[in-house]
Amino acid sequence: MIKAILIFNNHGKPRLSKFYEHYNEDTEQQIIRETFHLVSKRDENVCNFLEGGMLIGGSENRLIYRHYATLYFVFCVDSSESELGILDLIQVFVETLDKCFENVCELDLIFHVDKVHNILAEMVMGGMVLETNMNEIIIQVDAQNKMEKSETFIFQSPRQDR
Amino acid sequence: MPAPIRLRELIRTIRTARTQAEEREMIQKECAAIRSSFREEDNTYRCRNVAKLLYMHMLGYPAHFGQLECLKLIASQKFTDKRIGYLGAMLLLDERQDVHLLMTNCIKNDLNHSTQYVQGLALCTLGCMGSSEMCRDLAGEVEKLLKTSNSYLRKKAALCAVHVIRKVPELMEMFLPATKNLLSEKNHGVLHTSVVLLTEMCERSPDMLLHFRKVWILVPQLVRILKNLIMSGYSPEHDVSGISDPFLQVRILRLLRILGRSDDDSSEAMNDILAQVATNTETSKNVGNAILYETVLTIMDIKSESGLRVLAINILGRFLLNNDKNIRYVALTSLLKTVQTDHNAVQRHRSTIVDCLKDLDVSIKRRAMELSFALVNGNNIRGMMKELLYFLDSCDPEFKADCASGVFLAAEKYAPSKRWHIDTIMRVLTTAGSYVRDDSVPNLIQLITNSVEMHAYTVQRLYKALLDDISQQPLVQVSSWCIGEYGDLLVSGQCEEEEPIQVTEDEVLDVLEGLLVSNLSTPVTRGYSLTAIMKLSTRFSSVCLKISSRIKKVVSIYGSICLKMYSQACLTRANDLLDLLGGNDVVPVIQTTLPTKPASAGGELLDLLGDLSLSGGPAPAPSVPVSQPPFLLDGLSSQPLFNDISAAIPPMTAYSKNGLKIEFTFERANPNPNIAVITIHATNTTEDDMTEFVFQAAVPKTFQLQLLSPSSNIVPALNHGSVTQVIRVLNPQKQQLRMRVKLTYTHKGSPVQDLAEVNNFPPQSWQ
Repeated sequence: MIKAILIFNNHGKPRLSKFYEHYNEDTEQQIIRETFHLVSKRDENVCNFLEGGMLIGGSENRLIYRHYATLYFVFCVDSSESELGILDLIQVFVETLDKCFENVCELDLIFHVDKVHNILAEMVMGGMVLETNMNEIIIQVDAQNKMEKSETFIFQSPRQDR
Repeated sequence: MPAPIRLRELIRTIRTARTQAEEREMIQKECAAIRSSFREEDNTYRCRNVAKLLYMHMLGYPAHFGQLECLKLIASQKFTDKRIGYLGAMLLLDERQDVHLLMTNCIKNDLNHSTQYVQGLALCTLGCMGSSEMCRDLAGEVEKLLKTSNSYLRKKAALCAVHVIRKVPELMEMFLPATKNLLSEKNHGVLHTSVVLLTEMCERSPDMLLHFRKVWILVPQLVRILKNLIMSGYSPEHDVSGISDPFLQVRILRLLRILGRSDDDSSEAMNDILAQVATNTETSKNVGNAILYETVLTIMDIKSESGLRVLAINILGRFLLNNDKNIRYVALTSLLKTVQTDHNAVQRHRSTIVDCLKDLDVSIKRRAMELSFALVNGNNIRGMMKELLYFLDSCDPEFKADCASGVFLAAEKYAPSKRWHIDTIMRVLTTAGSYVRDDSVPNLIQLITNSVEMHAYTVQRLYKALLDDISQQPLVQVSSWCIGEYGDLLVSGQCEEEEPIQVTEDEVLDVLEGLLVSNLSTPVTRGYSLTAIMKLSTRFSSVCLKISSRIKKVVSIYGSICLKMYSQACLTRANDLLDLLGGNDVVPVIQTTLPTKPASAGGELLDLLGDLSLSGGPAPAPSVPVSQPPFLLDGLSSQPLFNDISAAIPPMTAYSKNGLKIEFTFERANPNPNIAVITIHATNTTEDDMTEFVFQAAVPKTFQLQLLSPSSNIVPALNHGSVTQVIRVLNPQKQQLRMRVKLTYTHKGSPVQDLAEVNNFPPQSWQ
């Protein structure tokens, strides 16, 4: 099971945080800080797996991360997930974001964090992997976005582009 | 009221903030605006406001006032509203709030909505944060959706079912009929989530597992699906780097593992496919390796035939040589899991594993170290130990403690000879001595005691090590103990194993005295060295008077402080000490030769302790009855010592407030004039006791501070007693002594804390 998915930049600023287990607000922020601290210390050419920090379950859980340009994508998982499989999953996630946003960069994630949540919701549900086929995910996300757009047109409410 | 700003406007504004305080201000302003907008029950802009709230929540600001608004959004007819509402529910709500129960009805309606995306949202939210009550209420709806032909909904329903089963395990039975047809789906998304559901059911319930194995005979079905994936050739839909849906392959392999575990029939049914996957998978990319990794884990876990197991371990061996660090990491992890059951097969890769000790990556080094220790046996102990000791020399401090312990354990189990064992221990103590665990010292002492024929060799080597370096406390402690016990062997030059060294009794005492004086020695170490000196006073037979005058000088300086340390740290040793002093019957603490002149040695020692116990009073009779130990020690702890020296430095009042008064009295620790020994006396003039009294002190960087244990934590009321504590301050640069003190205590039931600066130290205390 995936316990949490975190995206933060090189300075530790959170760009997306999704927890699949319950922690209170303070603990969530502490986990983000602790994870950033652990991950940012790592060299570029070491392996992408770490033991989880104390707040998120310690040595029972692992942090699997990938560093893309200015962003760290960190998945915190327990022992039932395959480490190499999760690495591939992160790759699929980032490639999907790339397709949806066209050459995605950090700014896209900053200004469209709700869209990123929607894409993620089509991939991981309740801490478990839902769909790994990039095209399938994009089709679903596009269809739902279209629905939103059509509503704004019909009901003449403020532009859905919030 | 003007329209609330858009989310991206807010984000843009927040990004212009240059300080945390500015950001906080902007957020607070916006929160206020959002709150008033919520109060006005504005339907049009609600979703915009909640979106902003979620953004602020991510940054770490409180957002609970938006929880009810999420519910209103969920209840709305618009998809846009529902989408944000459900997202908000997942981010802001959890089972601990009652609010989430109100969602149940909405979710129920949405599960039956005409639009599949709305149904999807409901399933998603229920599957993420549904409580047990909600799951119970809605399980029926989920089960219905599990049977739908809509693959988009079916896959979500499967994962939602997993969540329901986790929350309410009794409901598992309910989903059984619906799962029957899941594996005949063509859609990979559904297949994937179905396998996850089946896995969850098998892991939770042994009955279910049996059912799947024997009644439904799942294994052939899974094997067939896997085979199709491998043989199907290129399929653009599911291709990832040339492999067809590796995620699904990995999932199936995992389920096969569970089904095949401890079951011969199932294991046999999957042998062929496992061999096929193991040999045909392309290993150039991570995806291929992920599949191979899963295959290896499955082979090792089920009842596979030995040929297959060897194949698996060889794959892991190949992984170890891979350039990719991640692959090496998973290989080491897997080998660690299998080393118990397939020890010989893993041994074949020992040299590769030992090479990994030199890797730069910390995670890999740690696993290589654990695995290396697991591989040590009687045959390879010498070679392995060489590598491990080399690793101990050069590794990071975080590994040293574990490595040292591992070396000790391995040496104990497989040491080929006693001399090798002691050499190995010496090597560890000298290279990583400060990281050795505290309990190793008594264990090592035990070991050395038992190796009777090695005593001379051991004490000689430890003595030589002490000459080089006295900073590593465990080494120093073991060495002091040995010298105390076998000092006679050392001086008599009896070593057989190597060239005996020439050492005089004076030199030995020099070394031990050096330990007492050194700032590097902890109180425990000082205790060990003092004991050693005491023991030697009875073993070193030559010129007893000359030696004992040196010892007298040493003890007079350190004895009081050390004995005080004894009373807290080392009561048994203190009792031994008293036995020694107990008069004419010297109780043999020592196992070997009895001293030749016990009486005089005992008497002189008695005299010098007699001097200390009563400062200025008459010396006690030589035979201090042994039954009085508490008096001897307690008496020392609360009286000012060395009255003649302390007269030169006047006492001072360091703190006086709210009835608590703290006085400092000074001694100078001879022969090191850089150490000032301060005794604090805390008294209480109020009518109530001050309990849980803790005194803490801090000094500027150029000083070093050592705080010994206090006499108690209760400062009795109305000056009925005092709490004393000793502080030792090292002031090598002879700078003006300044101190900051922190006092915490409980008075009349409430906690009190105070910080104060102490600047009025008399110049004699630091000059």
